[in-house]
Amino acid sequence: MLSQNGIKYCRTILHNLLLMGYQKSISVSLLIIIFFLSIPVIPAKSFLVGSNNYFKTIQSVLTAAQDGDTILVEKGVYKENTLIIKKSVKIIGLGFPVLSGENKYEIMKIKSDDVLIRGFLFKDSGINFIYDNAAVKLDSVKNCIIEENIFSNNFFGIYLSRASSCKILNNKLEAFNTKETYSGNGIHLWQCRGMIIKNNKINGHRDGIYFEFVKNSEIEQNQSEANLRYGLHFMFSDSCRYAHNNFTKNGSGVAVMFTKNVDMHNNRFEYNWGGAAFGLLLKDISDSKIYRNQFLKNSCAIYFEGCNRVNTFENNFAENGTAIRLMANSMDNIFARNNFISNSFDVSTNSTRSYNSFEFNYWSEYKGYDLNNDGFGDIPYRPVKLFSIIIEKNRPALILLRSLFVDILNVAENIFPSLTPKTLLDIKPKMRKYL
Amino acid sequence: MKILFKIILYQIHDISRSRWILFYTVFYLILTYGLIQFSNDQSKIILSLLNVALMIIPLVSIIFGTVYLYNNKDYIILILSQPIKRNILYLGLYLGLVIPLVLSFFIGTLIPLVFLSRDILFQIPLLFLFITGLFQTSIFVSVSFLIATWNDNKILGLGLSIFAWLLFSVLYDGLLLLMINVFQNYPLEKALIGFSILNPVDLARILVTLKLDVAALMGYTGAVFQKFFNTNLGTGISIFSLTAWTIIPLIIGKAKFSRKDF
Repeated sequence: MLSQNGIKYCRTILHNLLLMGYQKSISVSLLIIIFFLSIPVIPAKSFLVGSNNYFKTIQSVLTAAQDGDTILVEKGVYKENTLIIKKSVKIIGLGFPVLSGENKYEIMKIKSDDVLIRGFLFKDSGINFIYDNAAVKLDSVKNCIIEENIFSNNFFGIYLSRASSCKILNNKLEAFNTKETYSGNGIHLWQCRGMIIKNNKINGHRDGIYFEFVKNSEIEQNQSEANLRYGLHFMFSDSCRYAHNNFTKNGSGVAVMFTKNVDMHNNRFEYNWGGAAFGLLLKDISDSKIYRNQFLKNSCAIYFEGCNRVNTFENNFAENGTAIRLMANSMDNIFARNNFISNSFDVSTNSTRSYNSFEFNYWSEYKGYDLNNDGFGDIPYRPVKLFSIIIEKNRPALILLRSLFVDILNVAENIFPSLTPKTLLDIKPKMRKYL
Repeated sequence: MKILFKIILYQIHDISRSRWILFYTVFYLILTYGLIQFSNDQSKIILSLLNVALMIIPLVSIIFGTVYLYNNKDYIILILSQPIKRNILYLGLYLGLVIPLVLSFFIGTLIPLVFLSRDILFQIPLLFLFITGLFQTSIFVSVSFLIATWNDNKILGLGLSIFAWLLFSVLYDGLLLLMINVFQNYPLEKALIGFSILNPVDLARILVTLKLDVAALMGYTGAVFQKFFNTNLGTGISIFSLTAWTIIPLIIGKAKFSRKDF
């Protein structure tokens, strides 16, 4: 092992020698390098912070520490105003020491690359609308890791701007505000690249995870629950992947806007129930894939507005109010091999035509037959009921839901379609549901 | 009072021997059993039961009531030759029909639920379903009695009964939908609350739908409805409306019956 300082020193010497034209003395410089390499490496120092140690505050260590050092923080409560980290250090809490913002200020600001923060309890960053107070704020940094921390009652939890290749792992965030306007986001990213957000639990923030102008990032195995607005909210974030996350009981579910090349798979969208709640709201999304997700008991499972070339396949839609709400400005979307089970409405649309295709889906309300035994029904299924068209145009008509009159209308329309889009049909509906 | 009870008891005894009421009970038994077997979602079971209840109960009650009064004409004439007040006889006949019909609905739905899906029993929507069943039966029997006392012509009476059922369950909603469409540029929520209170079938349907939190699906309209029907005033007005629908036809029918020349 070679200390980083050693390498840097070698480099500067070598550089200087070359610059000064000592071409012939390269061998000499090599010798010098070898000399440096052979020096026994000085290990990065580690400091211990605690009430019984020489260093009582983290701030005092930060001034003493060098790049690459490790700072171990013992259990206790630390109220040190905003900690600004300008050195590449590892700060590790032992037994979850508390860093408190005393409901006034931001707790930690990271301005250096390669910082690691682990094992702290961040508490009570104050609400501030001008500075967007966060428990941990990272600004223009690379390769930082924030892991295994607990965040409680903060305005923003982890706030990253202009960061790249950072990892946010295994954190737990919770907030207790009841008003959307007085609440910040759990994990907030703005203009970031190559981030990995994995296995975090976020509860009670405004948006669980918030992305704006983020590229090439991965969001995996997070649980975003009971947030005031969206479980996950992203805009202008191309080429990101969202997998194996749970979005449960959020005020308005998940919203995704103005983005290309999104991959959403194996997520669960559950119990996002309410007048303005969507399991997944898609606005201006194109060339994306949504597959193998579970949509359970959302008042609207997926809402498509202005979406093009989105492939939705192998998802389960069960017991939702409306499984798919497809606005007329969405084109060339494919819905294939999904299960639609006991939704009040399978598909609703405000259009009389359809430029999207439905194929090989299983519909629990399909009443057709399969004479040639190929597993697919012989007569096409029309997922759009007349009543859902009426509702799309005229919301108050919903009070007639489950009326006998409406059932009769639906049956009549089903036999002689006149108002429902004639081309919106599943030509080969599956007879049994996909497992 | 004693005579009233006697008449009621006799009627119940008489009706419970008829095959109709047995079919009616067995129908609910099979329906509920089937629903439990095919669906795991409890609120869906209640919803389906409600759907059927809102269609079948009015139909059965109104037709059964009309036919019942026509068929018992000889019996009525016989009783009227005794010193019995006509009011009491009418009430006796009415309760003697309503009680068995309600009981067979309760028994038919409760037995499968008790044996197969016990945890559903303690849910509030189920209570609403039963209250709905009770009111639908009493309202439509009372309407049918009115129709039958008004007309001596059996065919006309039966036709009117079926038309009344159609009006309440189908045509009214059609007219409502038409109205919603014509006036779609106006805020209709409050007017709709008024119109839905006027029709007992719609009122019952909306009350249970709101209780089963499908309300969220309805967005703003649902919220307005929920807000109204969840207040004491809303509940009071809906119960008042249902009671009025039971009592007013009953009183008119009774008055007609008292002055009728058999």
